[in-house]
Amino acid sequence: MLPEISLNILDVAQNAMRAKATKVEIRLEADTELDLLQIWIQDNGYGMTSKQMEQVTDPFFTTRTTRKVGLGIPFFREAALATGGKFDMESTLGKGTVVHATFILSHIDRMPLGNMVDTMYTLILMHQKVEFIYTYCVDKRSFVLDTNDFKEILGEVPFETPEVSNYIKDFLKINMEEVNGNIVL
Amino acid sequence: MKSLEELKAIREKMQGQIGFRSDSSTGTRVIVGMATCGIASGARPVLTTLVEEVAKKKLENIQITQTGCIGLCQFEPIVEILEPGKEKVTYVKMNSEKAKEVVERHLVRGQVISEYTIEKYIK
Repeated sequence: MLPEISLNILDVAQNAMRAKATKVEIRLEADTELDLLQIWIQDNGYGMTSKQMEQVTDPFFTTRTTRKVGLGIPFFREAALATGGKFDMESTLGKGTVVHATFILSHIDRMPLGNMVDTMYTLILMHQKVEFIYTYCVDKRSFVLDTNDFKEILGEVPFETPEVSNYIKDFLKINMEEVNGNIVL
Repeated sequence: MKSLEELKAIREKMQGQIGFRSDSSTGTRVIVGMATCGIASGARPVLTTLVEEVAKKKLENIQITQTGCIGLCQFEPIVEILEPGKEKVTYVKMNSEKAKEVVERHLVRGQVISEYTIEKYIK
């Protein structure tokens, strides 16, 4: 298993890259009243056939050739189910895939969310051609990051320019802290 | 809330500075394994450390990218360094500290840190 939910998100989002997605939406919604943490990862990549959909939750299935196991989706699924939560996936060939995991917030087996700043920072910097829309909500407070907004302002200036990469990291950090308030996920 | 206005200010300050992206065909490529095996072993902090150290030291002509699983899961996190005209160097079982050292010794000073390379582990 991966020790943080944010690492699962980083890992599952990589599948969207391999599916040649140009747009990836990651949405986190925590509601302390309902005691739920919901995560959606949606991409506009190749999508999967119904047969592949069945296979993908099987740890001994993978499309890669360098090793024989594929643990990304099974880890994420198990992490959610271990809390009494839910996991589902929808995919349309040629349209994309959406992965949806629900965690019971207060469950003893719910792993910490972990460092979402570094997960988003890594995804954004490593895949600058992809549009990332990241929505983070805690109890009705929320913020949205859309990398296309950055690109519109920056023009040809790449994200790895030190001033810009620092800005992106701070943007994530400060805005997520504000949304968190005094809640630790 | 941190706003987009600040980013506009950064962009304006950079107006006139040209030649941002270095030519990747002549530069050094640093590749980090970011499949499940890499991520589970700690590749994320290795990658962010490399990005930040290269930026901090203002190193030019270095491109940091990621790759999937290369079939050496037991040695993750793996960082490969490809320099034009030189043999590929594969650093294994990396962490943030080692990544900082790799930037300082390998990328800045041009010395391969042989004790971190895969050859040290498979004889």
